[in-house]
Amino acid sequence: MKKIVSLLMVIAMVAASCFALTSCGSKDTETTANSDIKVGFIFLHDENSTYDKNFMDAATAATEKLGLSSDQVMFKTNIPETAECYEAAADLVDAGCSIIFADSFGHEDFMIQAAKEFPDVTFCHATGTKAHTEGLDNFYNAFASIYEGRFLVGYAAGLKLNEMIENGEITADQAKMGYVGAYPYAEVKSGYTSFFLGARYACPEVTMDVKFTNSWFDIAAEKETANALIADGCKLISQHADSEGAPKACEEAGVPNIAYNLDTREWGPNTALISSKINWEPYFEHIINATINGTKIEQDYCKGLADDVVQTLGLNEKVAAAGTAEKLEELKAKLIAGEIKVFDTTTFTVDGKQLTEYMADVDSDASFTPDTQVVENGCFMESTKRSAPYFDVDIDGITIK
Amino acid sequence: MKNNTKQHEPKIHVAKRGGMVWYKSWGIRAAAIVLALIVCAVVIVLLTGYNPIQVYKAMFSGNFGSSRKIWNMLQQLAMLLCISLAVTPAFKMKFWNIGAEGQTLVGGLAAAACMIYFGETMSPIILFPLMAVVCILAGMLWGLIPAYFKAQFNTNETLFTLMMNYVAIQLVSFFIVFWENPKDSNTVGVINRATEGGWLPSLFGQKYLLNIIIVAVITIAMYIYLKYSKHGYEISVVGESENTARYIGINVKKVILRTMALSGALCGVAGMLLVSGTDHTINTGIVSGMGFTAIMVSWLAKFNPIMMTLTSFLIVFLERGAGEIATALQLNESVSDILTGIILFFIIGSEFFVQYKISIRKHKKEER
Repeated sequence: MKKIVSLLMVIAMVAASCFALTSCGSKDTETTANSDIKVGFIFLHDENSTYDKNFMDAATAATEKLGLSSDQVMFKTNIPETAECYEAAADLVDAGCSIIFADSFGHEDFMIQAAKEFPDVTFCHATGTKAHTEGLDNFYNAFASIYEGRFLVGYAAGLKLNEMIENGEITADQAKMGYVGAYPYAEVKSGYTSFFLGARYACPEVTMDVKFTNSWFDIAAEKETANALIADGCKLISQHADSEGAPKACEEAGVPNIAYNLDTREWGPNTALISSKINWEPYFEHIINATINGTKIEQDYCKGLADDVVQTLGLNEKVAAAGTAEKLEELKAKLIAGEIKVFDTTTFTVDGKQLTEYMADVDSDASFTPDTQVVENGCFMESTKRSAPYFDVDIDGITIK
Repeated sequence: MKNNTKQHEPKIHVAKRGGMVWYKSWGIRAAAIVLALIVCAVVIVLLTGYNPIQVYKAMFSGNFGSSRKIWNMLQQLAMLLCISLAVTPAFKMKFWNIGAEGQTLVGGLAAAACMIYFGETMSPIILFPLMAVVCILAGMLWGLIPAYFKAQFNTNETLFTLMMNYVAIQLVSFFIVFWENPKDSNTVGVINRATEGGWLPSLFGQKYLLNIIIVAVITIAMYIYLKYSKHGYEISVVGESENTARYIGINVKKVILRTMALSGALCGVAGMLLVSGTDHTINTGIVSGMGFTAIMVSWLAKFNPIMMTLTSFLIVFLERGAGEIATALQLNESVSDILTGIILFFIIGSEFFVQYKISIRKHKKEER
């Protein structure tokens, strides 16, 4: 018994002395010059998750470009969507960070909690929905108009289907695509609907089946779901998540695949067609520059193709229809110029009717009250009322299985 | 050299030691840790090229670097310790309860339900006792189901409790669908974020202090329960031999049920402390594997609750140190998982040398 007591005492003493030594670091965030700015990043997983890797690579690139040294950048990886996120944020504040960024949807409430406690520190959160209703001037949301990118790669899918029809591989009424969704959440619905509309822009006969895995990341379930869709007669597969599940299933079955956030040609050299991706580097530069120069950060940042925030990558000439690259460039220019709008309400119907008005739940509340009119001038105004997507309409031509 | 002994005698002979004086056994353990640190240092240099001292320093400051870090470390230690204490009576009875993860999760689910449905309307004086009762009952139920089947039909409790974890995870997923906010996002978010209804209160401005005190009390109570109570004695007897227990008139079924009820109930408390006292949200990953880590904590401490404060400190220290290495030195956490593996390997290995003596047969000496 004595030994335990003495051991505990030793530990306590060491702890106390250590605390005394380190806890007197000063934390003035008032003066932020380029030389002393410190940026903290909170990631749900580490670089083994493609979702987080996309953020981590962008963070590294942005901070290097702005000339921040490695001790001005702090990464916290594997932070779950619990109080640990708040603690991680608070710990970064202790370490002297003046901007803190978190990358996962479930981090939001904990980031807000930290933002309230540390009003001098800037908190930025990707994919969140609450910045515009929270009334804090140090908490910001960000997303990208990835629907533009999905529309573009959907167009590439439509071109591919056209080619298959022309070659007599399939008939026009067999032109069915499959989509492996995560949850029936607006972000996912907005994604697959824009993908589908892009495909239909090229191939008017196309239909699409959607199946949900009910997980944001589940390699096995994504693979299984892709296989089930292929067995159901889907001639081309795309997916919301960025795992290798669906791409590998497609490679085994010889079905073209369109991926998200990364180039999947190594998993599917004969089937990976193209991917769309969010490039977070401009956003990180934006928030860091704003903090250095004392300028305003956009409360709901949402940029797209025009600002290189949404990109396409990994176009596989072997798989894609001839001339895809040029046609994509043309369409991209039209999208940037605003000649074509992704959610143009004349291009789709809901229960056989054109959408003339739609109230979306833009301001999050417990009872999900639709609160904002989002159809304006014949277009569903996605991501303009807040950065995170809110298009959650089930349009005709897409079957949810 | 010719071997001319009559019968072949093994070259290495392992014998169980008798009692060992405390300073010797602790000497062995200390030597193991030192050796582990040396091996780790070699691995660090080979894998990363960093100065091992720098890595150890980062691990230390991850735990003790600021008052916030110390509180977080104590909080994590309390949670792990609470679940470890919960599994201990069952283990002592040789009932392999590997379902603490699920038992804690249903406890947390019950707490979340209380917070969501009553958190903003009920007075805290009624709410917290009610929450405690509901959480304890939920955890208890999750522990009693496999215990009943074990007592009644002698089913395999290892598989049964393990499977109950998955049922608990599915149950939580199911309720998240009802409670999720925003719709279809599959996250509940912080419950009663504005009003803090149903949140365990801070003591002296420290939000985790109450958790820590509760677990400290449970630790002492568990120590007394196992060491000095009749129940504790019955648990040891059933654990050593069920037949002996029957022979001396212990109702084995009753002991199994009662002990697992206790085990589950404590997991329920841990669930409440996690949801109402720490995270204020519910998701399937909230126990984050502590239900399994607790098994190691309990075994390393040889089921002694006081010793468990040390073993859970060791695990938490390594875990938090791992996180700090990743942040401070920009190393992947896998590097620190390797270090943790090496350290645990040596510590567990040292127990062998505490328990057993190895004698190598000398050639010259013939039979005793």
